[in-house]
Formats: sequence, C-alpha cells, structure tokens
Amino acid sequence: MMQFWQQLINGLSLGAFYALIALGYTMVYGVLRFINFAHGDVFMLGAFCGYYLTPRLLPHFTGPLAPVGVTVVLVATMAICAIIGILIERLAYRPLRRMPKLTVLITAIGVSLFLEYAGQFVFGADPKAFPELMPDRALENTGALTVTTTQVAAFAVTLLLLVGLTFVVKRTRLGMAMRALSNNSTAAALMGVNIDTVISFTFGLGSALAGAAGILYAISYPSIDPLMGVLPGIKAFVAAVLGGIGNIPGAAVGGLILGGVETIVAGSAYSTYRDAIAFAILIIILLFRPAGLFGKVQVEKV
Amino acid sequence: MKSHLRIGFIALGLTFLGLVSTRAQEIVIGQYASLTGSEATFGINSSNGVALALEETNSHGGVLGGRKIKIITEDDQSKPGQPSAAVKKLVSSDKVIAVIGEIASSRSLEAAPICQEAKIPMVSPGATNARVTEVGDYIFRVCFIDPFQGTVMAKFALDNLKAKKVAILTDVRNDYSVGLTQYFKEYFQSHGGQIVMERSFSGGGTDRDFRAQLTAIKSAQPDAIFVPGYYTEAGLIAKQARSLGIKVPLLGGDGWDSPKLSEIGGSAIEGSYFSTHFSPKDSNPKVQDFVKKYQAKFGTMPDGMAPLGYDAMMVLAQAINTAGSTDGAKIRDALAGVKNFDGVTGRITIDPKRNATKAAVVLKVNSKGNDFVASVAP
Repeated sequence: MMQFWQQLINGLSLGAFYALIALGYTMVYGVLRFINFAHGDVFMLGAFCGYYLTPRLLPHFTGPLAPVGVTVVLVATMAICAIIGILIERLAYRPLRRMPKLTVLITAIGVSLFLEYAGQFVFGADPKAFPELMPDRALENTGALTVTTTQVAAFAVTLLLLVGLTFVVKRTRLGMAMRALSNNSTAAALMGVNIDTVISFTFGLGSALAGAAGILYAISYPSIDPLMGVLPGIKAFVAAVLGGIGNIPGAAVGGLILGGVETIVAGSAYSTYRDAIAFAILIIILLFRPAGLFGKVQVEKV
Repeated sequence: MKSHLRIGFIALGLTFLGLVSTRAQEIVIGQYASLTGSEATFGINSSNGVALALEETNSHGGVLGGRKIKIITEDDQSKPGQPSAAVKKLVSSDKVIAVIGEIASSRSLEAAPICQEAKIPMVSPGATNARVTEVGDYIFRVCFIDPFQGTVMAKFALDNLKAKKVAILTDVRNDYSVGLTQYFKEYFQSHGGQIVMERSFSGGGTDRDFRAQLTAIKSAQPDAIFVPGYYTEAGLIAKQARSLGIKVPLLGGDGWDSPKLSEIGGSAIEGSYFSTHFSPKDSNPKVQDFVKKYQAKFGTMPDGMAPLGYDAMMVLAQAINTAGSTDGAKIRDALAGVKNFDGVTGRITIDPKRNATKAAVVLKVNSKGNDFVASVAP
C-alpha cells in the first residue's frame, strides 16, 4: 500500500513536467487551431540553455544566495526560450498563415526535425551530464515515503507557473486578446486586436513554459541530449488531448493523470509498456471522448 | 627531341607505376564504432586503442614484409540500423580485407551477418553476448562472453558481498543486458541466491526515469541490485536509487566501464561494483606500459575498452602475418589458431567457438580511478 502512495508521488512529479509542456501545446492550439510539433524541442533547448548558463551564472550566487541563482538561471532560460519560440513563429509559421492547416502542420514537423538534428550537430549527439543546480536529496520527516527536493521543486514551480498563466489569460488585456482570438479571429481583428502581436505573445509564453520544463526535467534527470524532447513532447501532446486541447486547466490535469498512470505501469511487472500506455490513452480518448475530459463538445449547427 | 619525349614518357610511366604500387602496398582494414551517441565513450576509446596499435604496428614495418595498414573508421552513432550501413560500405565500397568492431553486442550482431556473407573476417574487441560469434565462422572476438561474465558478478555477490537476495533491473532494448541478466540469474539461483524482483526499462536514451521501478525494487528489500546496462543509465539509476533512500550496492557488467560513469552517477555510484576486462591499476608491466603509451598519446587514462581495441588490432595484425596473405579465408584460419597471445587484457586464446577465454576483474567504482577488487578466472 505504501508503494502505491510512493508511486503516486513519483507520478505527480513526472506529471508536472508533462503538464508544463502540455500547457504550451494547448495554448497555441487554442489561439491558432494548430499543433506546434516543435514544442518538445523547445523543451530540449531549455535544458541546453540551462546546461550552458549554469556554470556561467551560478558561481556568482554562493551560499544562501544559491536559490536566487537557480531562479536567475530559470528565468533567463525562460526568456531565451520565449525569444526562440517567437523567432520560430515569425520565420516558419507566419508566412503560412493563410495556407491550409496541413501545410503548417508539416512545417512544424520539419522545424522539430531541424531543431533535433541541428542540435546534434551543434551540441554533439552524446548525452551530457547536466550540472547540479540544486542538491537532489530525500526530505526528512516524510515517514515511510520518500519525497526528494527535486520532486518538490518541480511540482511547486509547475503550480506557480500554472497560477501565473491563468492570471495572465484571465486578468490581463493580452490574455483577453488571446481568448478573443481563440473565440473568433476575424471578429477579434475587427475589434482592433493586433493579431501578429497576440500570436507572438502566445508562442513566447508557451515556449517560456517549455523552457522551464526543460530545466526542471534536467534537474531531475541530469543527462541531456538533443533528442530528449521527442518522447516527452509527444506524451505532453497526449496529455493536452486528454485534458481537452485548448483548455488550460485540462492540460494540467491531463499531464498529472498521464504521469500517474505511466508511473504505475512502470512500477508494475509490465514496466516496458510505460510508453505504450500513453499512446493507448490517446487512442481511447479519441475514440470515446475526442473533446477530452474538460473540452467542450463542439456541436455543429446545420 | 624525340628521345627527350621518349624519356619523358618513360619517366611518367615509372612514376605512375610507382604510385600504383605504393597504393597496392597498403592494406586496408575497416572499423565501425560508436563514436557519437549514447555509448560514445565505447567507440572513442576502443578506436583510440586501435589507433595506438596501428601506429605501433606501422612504425615497426607494418605487416606482410613492410606493407603498412590503413584503417577506415565509420561511426555508427550508437544507433541500430547504422552498423549495417557502415559495414556494407566498408565491405563493398572500401574493399577492406577485415573488419574490427564493435563493443556493443546488439550492434555487433547487426553487422556480423554482413561480414560473414562477404567472407570478411570480423574481430570484435568487446561484444560479450554469446550469439555474436554464433553468426558464422568468420566472426571472432578477443574478449570473454556473457555466460562467463554473468557468473562472475553472481559469484561476487554471493561470496564477497554475502548478498542472498538480489533484484535485477534489465535494459530490454539491449541484447547484452538481456543475456547477462539470464546468466546471472542461472548461477545465482543455482547457488542458493534468491532473485527477489525483476524489473525492466528501455535504454538507449529513451527512458530517463527509473523511480517507478526502483520504488518497487525497494519494497522487495534486496541486499544488492544488479543493473546489467550501459553507463549512461547506470549513472542515472544510481542517482535515483540513492535519492529514494536505497542504500544497498549496485552491481554491473563491463557496460559500466566508461570515464563518464562517475561523471553522470557522481557520489551515488561510488562504492558500487562491476566486472570488466582490465584494470588500469594492474601492476602487470604490460598493462602499465600500455597505460603510459595511451596517456602519452591521448592525455587521459584508458578505460576497459581502449586495451580491447588495442588487442583486437594486434591480434588481427599477427593473424595477417601468420596467414601470409590478405585472403579472407587464410586470415580467418590464422585467427582461429591464435594461442596464448600476450595481450594487454590478458592471455588470449581463441577457442573453437571463436571466443577468447580470459579472466575478468571486478572493480569498485571510485571517481578518482576505479579500485581493483578481485580477479576471477574462468
């Protein structure tokens, strides 16, 4: 029984990563009705940002200032990834805005492959040891269960970013513009919303979250390589679909559920099915409830 | 005028002949290795060993009475599918007379049938899965095989660590890991040990999170955990195991042998044990001589894979000389007859199954240089 609770804790912290990445997928889909397959690779770039920034920034924050140093690296990575996301949108997706959705989808796959293989060329294809940003220790006083510092950090930062994102979307003008665009892009444009700015902002925000996920993931599993974003990216996509693509709280819940299920399968005697279960969930959801758990069932009025 | 022209033509002809004959003098050997990717250190270090042996052989006059050896190396990127492309190119397009490769058993198994069919001898420096040489009579190896290596760690666990209950974490994507698991289990269980739990994962860079499997293993309370995988995952598994509060030692095979093991695993993997082919701290003068030469040329300490590459190249060079020709069949027969070759990794005798019967060493992981614990003879 204890094992079940322990696996639950493991699952929640794994789910936090999927949730963070899924938020980016769901936001871009919500605003643009387009699935950005290169999102998982921005996650990878975030990890590499951390890899190169940490030795340069962290030594300036010694002793009690160390958490500040970690935050600086995190924020810097998020900023860099936001810029990367905006660049990708400008260069690869904006010129295709009037084209059929299929064209942009294929371009997204192309961008994803480009980032992966250019990454192999630039960073080297072998796995690199991610520097220790924070000590990975089990917390005391947790009884029979083990909770590590990195698990707590991942979960806490995810929660914070989720709250922050909800605030931005619900309480700011840009957020309102995003929601307007998602509702009806033509009407939004007629009402004076600058489509280009809002779209850039959406991509920037999603990519910043992916970058944060990259750092947190690299802290927990300190071996990074240019192809590390492939599988988490696809699983986060499944999580977004599970929660209802376009729905922000749905993406977060979807991520947690997926993390939980995957961990329970991985801890069982059938541990090699852990990846298969994510895709089985995708198929089942699309068969029985394609709108996802929180999605609105779109009724087409004839 | 006419005589000048004639002399000119003769000179040109001789030069051309000279060029052609120096080309014909060179002997071309192919090598495929994982120079990049998840097992990059295997390929880099074993090809370094080969390069060192090549340099020595060529500076001592080469083989077959003065012919120099040239090695063409192809990178298989630690990915399945790449070894066959690499070896096909070496065999058909570069027309090599023999192939050296690889360390990883899965990738060696992929390339072996191609060499066998082309009747080009293949010498693997470090693939330990039994099936590699079973592919055919042109496939050889200069290292021990897993039926032996599995028993080494099982024996060590029972006799030295007094561990009666062991859990196993296997990499199912990896022939080496699956094979080693099987041989470890056989010996361990038939000598009074108990395998309390078996769990698996997908290696090669896919799986990074092993907490679920480790949590399950922790609840079974083993005395030790056998992790017969490669160094990248071994490091991560050690870190996650320690953070989950698992204090028992981890055991592994020669797949752990890499300078990156301590880099990735840090303090978590310190004090765990693994079996391998060679210890750089061995006081044997042949070993120390190799270590000095390797350090002089490459600036780092050699791991277990480097001397294997060195021995593979040296054995092959000797076989070419014994065969007295570059004919594949003759080299094959010469390789099959290698007896008591004095290698850096021990005395190499190729048995009827084309494997080498050698001793294994058990090392204790130490970030400052792994400590020698025991030597186990077959």
